[in-house]
Parts: sequence; C-alpha cells; structure tokens
Amino acid sequence: MHSAQPKEEVAAPGRRRFLGVLLGGGLFVSAVSFFYPVLRYLVPPRITDMGGDTVVAGKVGELRPNSGKIFRFGSRPGLLLLGADGQYRALSATCTHLSCTVQYRSDLREVWCACHNGMYDLSGRNLSGPPPRPLEQYDVHVRGDEIIVSRRREA
Amino acid sequence: MWRNKNLGMVLVLAIASALAQAEQPNSCVDCHSALEGELHVTQEQFAQDIHGQKGLTCASCHGGDPSRTDDSAMSKAAGFKGKVDRAAVPKLCGSCHSDPGFMRQYNPSLRTDQLSQYQTSVHGKRQAAGDTKVAVCTDCHGVHDLRPATDTRSKVHPLNIAATCSRCHADSKYMAAYKIPTDQYAAYKTSVHHQAMVERGDLSAPTCTTCHGNHGATPPGVASVANVCSTCHVFQAQLFESSPHKAAFASAGLPGCVTCHSNHGISQPSDAMLGTSAKSVCTNCHTQGDAGYQAAGDMQQQIHGLETSITRSDVILSRAESSGMEVSQARLELDQARDALTKARVSVHTFAGKPVLTDVDSGLKITAKTYSQGQAALRERDYRRTGLGMALVAIVFVMVALRLYTKEIEKNGSR
Amino acid sequence: MAPLVRVRNWLDERFGWDELLAPLRHKTVPIHRYSYWYFLGGITLFLFGVQVCTGILLLLYYRPSANEAFESVQYIMTQVQFGWLVRSVHSWAANLMIFTAFLHMFSVLFLRAYRKPRELTWVSGMLLLFLAMGFGFSGYLLPWNTLAFFATKVGTDIAGQVPFVGHRLMVFLRGGDEVTGATLSRFFGFHVAVLPGLITLLISIHLLLVQRFGISVPARMEPEWRALPQQKREMRFFPNFLLRELMAWYIALGVLGALAAFSPWGLGTKADPFAPAPAGIKPEWYFLFMFQTLKLIPAKLGMLDGEVVGILTFSLAGLIWLLVPFLDGTKRTQRLVTGAAMFVVAYMGAMTAYGYVAK
Repeated sequence: MHSAQPKEEVAAPGRRRFLGVLLGGGLFVSAVSFFYPVLRYLVPPRITDMGGDTVVAGKVGELRPNSGKIFRFGSRPGLLLLGADGQYRALSATCTHLSCTVQYRSDLREVWCACHNGMYDLSGRNLSGPPPRPLEQYDVHVRGDEIIVSRRREA
Repeated sequence: MWRNKNLGMVLVLAIASALAQAEQPNSCVDCHSALEGELHVTQEQFAQDIHGQKGLTCASCHGGDPSRTDDSAMSKAAGFKGKVDRAAVPKLCGSCHSDPGFMRQYNPSLRTDQLSQYQTSVHGKRQAAGDTKVAVCTDCHGVHDLRPATDTRSKVHPLNIAATCSRCHADSKYMAAYKIPTDQYAAYKTSVHHQAMVERGDLSAPTCTTCHGNHGATPPGVASVANVCSTCHVFQAQLFESSPHKAAFASAGLPGCVTCHSNHGISQPSDAMLGTSAKSVCTNCHTQGDAGYQAAGDMQQQIHGLETSITRSDVILSRAESSGMEVSQARLELDQARDALTKARVSVHTFAGKPVLTDVDSGLKITAKTYSQGQAALRERDYRRTGLGMALVAIVFVMVALRLYTKEIEKNGSR
Repeated sequence: MAPLVRVRNWLDERFGWDELLAPLRHKTVPIHRYSYWYFLGGITLFLFGVQVCTGILLLLYYRPSANEAFESVQYIMTQVQFGWLVRSVHSWAANLMIFTAFLHMFSVLFLRAYRKPRELTWVSGMLLLFLAMGFGFSGYLLPWNTLAFFATKVGTDIAGQVPFVGHRLMVFLRGGDEVTGATLSRFFGFHVAVLPGLITLLISIHLLLVQRFGISVPARMEPEWRALPQQKREMRFFPNFLLRELMAWYIALGVLGALAAFSPWGLGTKADPFAPAPAGIKPEWYFLFMFQTLKLIPAKLGMLDGEVVGILTFSLAGLIWLLVPFLDGTKRTQRLVTGAAMFVVAYMGAMTAYGYVAK
C-alpha cells in the first residue's frame, strides 16, 4: 500500500502529459475538420452567375439576324431572338399551352411550338393554335459584348 | 317601313325617354312591369338590353304607341303587332340585322349574314317547313334582356352556349319526335374541352357552336368531322391524313378522330387507349396477327417505356432534393424529356412504330442523362455524410480525451 | 524558456496580464445536483459565436435585394464549396441558440438565481432573449422565400395591431406599407448591424455582471453553506469547469454537423408578392405559442378587439417577466412566481404543439 503511492505519484505527471497531448491533438484535428470547410468556402466558385432575375443570355455576334437561341433563365428556358430588323428580344420559352419548349422559325419569322403547332409573334402574343396566353416578355440590354436579359419585376 | 322618318322620330323619342325616364311616359313598361309570366317586362330589364341601350323601344319591334296611356296604345291604328309569332321572329330580327347599310350606323364590324346562315341550318330548314319547336333567334339570344355575345351574362357567351343549346337538346321529352340523342350536353360536361373552358378559363376552347356552327348550326358529316377537329389539332390531323387509317376509315364509313376519341364526351387521352389490352381502342378493330395489332403493341410499349424512364429519373431527383441536394439543372432537362413524350403521343397518329420510336429515343437519351445526374447528386450526398462521419469521429475523440484529462487532473481532489 | 511562457511574460510586463487574469483563476462554480444547468449559458454563448462566424461567411456571398436574395442563397447551397454546411449550420444553430436561451432563462427562474444582487443580470438576460428572437425574426426573411415572406407579412401585421403606435411601428418595420424589397433591405440592416451592435453591448454587460457577482448558489443551499462553509462544494472555473463546458460545446458541434448533413435546411420557392398566401402559414416555433394564442382569441372580447387584447396581454406578461426580481420579495410571491413559471412552461409547450398540428 505504502509503496504503491509514490509509484502513482511518479507516474501521474507522465500520464497527465500523455492525456494532455492526446487532448491537444484531438482538439487540433477537430479544429482542422472545422477550418478545412471554411477555407474551401472562402475560395470563390468558378461559376459566378447566380441566376436570379438577370442573366447573361449570350454574346453579341453569337446570333445571326433572323435567328434565335434557347438560354437558361433560373429554372426555366428562355428564348433570345435577333430579328431581321437587328433588334434583340427575349421571351419565356415555355409554351403557355402544355409547357413544351418553343423555338424560333426563321422561315415563318414567328415563334413556334412543335408540340401542337402553337404560334406566337416576336412580342410573345399568341397568334394561333392552342396556346391560351402570350409568352412572358423579358427586358433585353446590351452591355459591352454581353446580352443581358432581365425579368420585368418590381423589387 | 322602319327606314323612314317614323324610325327617326321614334329613335329621338326613345333616346329622350331613356335619358329622362321620369318625364317621358312609357305606357308599355308601366303596365307590363306589373304583369306576370311571359308578359312581365321591366324598365330595369330592358335597360340592360343592347337594343334598349342603342335606343330601340318596345314599339320598334312590337309597334303601338308608348305615349298613349290607355288601350289605344295597342291599337291596330297605332301599328301594334302584339306578340311576334315564333315563325316570324327570324324575319323580324333579320329586317335590321341582315341590312349592312342599316347596321353600319351601330356597329360596322357586326356580321349581317346571320339570317342567310340560319336558313341553311337544320333549325332554319325545319322552321321554314313549319316546325315551331326549333330554335329561333330569341330562343338563344334572349329577347328583352338581350346582351352582346361578349358579355359574360349573355346566353350566347362562350361559357354559356352549351347550357343554352342543352335547354332543348338535353330535354328528351322535347326532342322525342326528332329521334336524335339527347346526351350530348351530359357528355360534353365530362369532356376536356369543357374543362379547359370552365376550369382553366380558356375561352378559345370548343363549345357546341365551334364545331356545329352557330347560326348555320348543322352537325358536320362523317366525312368532314375530322376537318373540324383539325382546325386546332393540326399535327394529329396531318399525320392521320397520311396514315393507313385515313383510307380504312373512309371505306368503312367511319369518321376520323371521333371513332377513337368520341365527339362530345372527349376525355383526356391516356396511354391506356393505345395498345393491345382489352381497354384499348385499337382492339375495337384489330385482332392478334394483323399488322395494326403489332403496331399498336409496339407504340404502346415504347411510350410506356419512356414514361417509366421519366418517372425513374423524377424519383431519383426527388430523393436527391429531399436530402438537400440541388438538382434544378437536371429537372430542367427532364422537362425536355417530357416534351419528347408529348411529341411521341402526337406521333401515335401515324399509327406506325417508327415515328413514335424516333421521339421516344430522343426522350430516352435525356432521361439517361438526368438519371445519372441524380445518381451523382446522391453520391455527393453520401460524400457529405462520410465527411460528417469523420468530423464526428474527431469530435467524439475530443470528448473522450476531455473526459480522461479532466478525470486525471482532478484525481487528487484538486477541483 | 517555452515560447508560450515568454509571450506571457511579455504581456505581463506591459498589461499586468497576471493581475488581470487573477480573478478568473479564483472563479469557482458551486457543485450541487442542479450544477448541470450552469452549462446552458455557456452553450448559448458558444452557439452565438457559431452564428457570428457562419453569418460572416454567409455575408461573403449573400445579396440582400429582392431580385437576388433567393438566388444567392441557392448559389451558396449549390455552388459554393461547403456552402450547404455553412448555411445549414447557421439556420440550425439559430434555432438551437434560442432553445438553449429559453432553457437558460427558465433554469435561472426556477433556481431563483435572479435574487439580489443579480437583478440586473436577469434584466440584461431577458433583453438578450428578446434580441435573439429579433435576430430570428429578421434573419428568417433573408432567403426571401414564400414561407418567410408570408410569415413576415403576418408578423408585421400583428405588430401593426398595437394600439396607438401600431401602424407607425409596422411601417417602420416594413420600410413601407407592404412587405417589399425595402423590407428585405431593412431586415438585413437590422440583422447584420443593428442587432449585433446591441447584442454585443448587452452580452458584455451580462458577462461582466456574471463575473462580478460570481455564479449564484441555489436558495435552499445558501443558508446551509453560509453556516457550514466546509460543506460547500465547488469547482474551479479554470480549467475544470471550462473543460466540462468544452465538452458541452463539442456535443453541440456534433449535433449541428449531424443536422446539417442529415436534415439540411430547405430553401423552398422564391417569394412572389402577387401570389396568394399558401394555406397554413405559421411563424417559427419560438413565436408559435403566441401566434396560436392570437388565433384562438375570439375576434371581439366585449367592446375590445380580440387581437389587441392578446398583444397587450403578452406585452404585459413580458414586462412582468422582465421585472420578476423586483417582485419576488416574500415567500408567498416566490411560490407564486414558481407556480406561474410552471404554468407558463406548460402553456408554451402545449400551444407550440397545438400550433404545429393545427391547420
């Protein structure tokens, strides 16, 4: 009994230091597991476009006159048109009939839905076929060589 | 008789009386607003009438003299005609409405061929032959509270037309002598066209007059009903025209479109209509062994395959979404696969396997991509959970180390 | 000499570091069967620290305009590396913090730790609780999704019912007559500038007071321990209590990580001011008991408007709660306070549960 105590007292600081190192090491590793995501977070992602109510739909020169292209606008497709008159227009590309994706027909100079032959004019007004409502119109601005399309919405 | 000074005077009087009702006597409504039943006409009612608003009065159609307050208002001398005979109604309305020169002063863009159209219709022909039960102008348009067709309260507004026609055509007792069905309205109310109009508010959806005509109302014949449908359903009609069914139906005396889709109770077409099961419309004519039976089976299988594939992608994307992954790009692409499915269902009207297969294949390419995108999202989710697991291991390790260390430093009661 | 010791000496020569830290070394924590409740304050503080850190990180990518707010949060969730983690931790820690704040408050109440001399600690703590709920209310709107939009509309409508100043208050909160992008800007300003400033001040006061007065001893043990000091069991704050507190913090971290990975905070759909309100809009759980109560009050109580009565009652209750240390003098009032507190806990729990299941 009496001899056990000094041994315990001698072993104690060693054990304490060992546990201290263990604790310190654990704290360090857990800290790394917290800081690693934070450091990765601070690096800006490659894709800088956040979507939203404004999007870069294309670049000047990408479209020939009297043609159109589909672009992604948030979670729905949009249609960017360059008319023969040189003016850019942008419409929602979701047909108001049964939500097929519309396209531009350069031969007819109208917007056409291939599903049930719905026709819209360049301002999105439904002209013939099943669509009951016009296509939503978007605002188009050219900034430098980028074509910016934005939703017409109040802040 | 009307296009002379008398009319002019009556107009001035009518306008003046309309503007100053309290002062100008209108003995017609003074009495008739108190009478019951058919004879009950009030000023409020007539003020809503389009003719009343344009300045016509009771005397314009019925003759008589509204300024006289006794029975002489209804005298022959005053030109009183009394109740206009049903047989005489079309001619009476037509006396103004078929005169472009006259109607121009009210609304130059109104058509003036209603009477001539009516005379070509079943109603008009029977009426000319002496049938008084058939519809005349006032039966559909109303009489003393007649509103323009664009007014939602009008009996001939698109939303109300079917109900107006059904007043006679759904009444089996009234229609007994004519030996035609009276279930059209009931069937129409179950149809997808009715749903489009009433539920989705699409006023361009067809109602009775869209296919049968309004003034020239006649059922389209077996040979021509497909032309009527093709006014809106262009693609399906075009494909049908070049399909084997066109000649086959014509020789069997069967109407296009209606044979499979019915005429009044047109319900939302389903994939169950296609194929070789007992419920399909194909097996009404086709039997095992013939080419059509084979084609029906092929088309149904392909479309079903695409639909299943779309559902599979949808399910995996939903799983990814509910685990907190963002898959909106994949969802957008899956919509295009749904477009392909819609197109495939139109291609069915070629009644051949290959065109349907083309559409289905383009859809399957997309669903393959979206499915793998869904799998990628789930893999990312698992990666995150693994990362969490490792962090938790570190955390638990620290907690254990804390416990041991705390116990150690407090071993000698040094709290 | 070990480098750490040299740094300490350097600081001590200039700032009297040892002298400054001395009170901390002597700080003790009483040990008794309710000692576990003492951790709650520290956990709440830790969660607040988590909020500040994740909040600052979110600030690097969030855009506070009606046109871009939703998309920027979506961007954080999907494009930014570990953005999903930062955002989910922020949302979950917010709720956890308010929960632990409530627990901390109730434990102090039931243990009557607000007794003299700690009355102002209680008052500052109650103000901190109100600020935390303000953080919750303002932060909830920032993703600009449908639920948040309508919850804010309903919440500010209720504020507008306060007599006399209600309308002005509502316009002040909304930045206009309706909830618009102006409201979002304003709430953002409250959430990242105004409230943090106020709460930093109050936390400093609260912690200073706690330091000054030490940790309170429960009432029943106080006379006993004063009479027989050797019976008093206590623990050194540094390092013993702190090590245990660290354990609690790590548990909280583990819980937060698990929640972020297994139950990530959803985003919903972007707010559309012109769309009708979805059915069953309710506020976050910490407001739910009040909201549900207001729903149950009949429209008219005699001559008075039911909702106004409800709002005034809650305001009065809040005020009384704030002043509890000053009202709790005699044994009778003490029993009253304990009884009322138990009723309040039961009421809040029942109403919150009811609010969840009610349509």
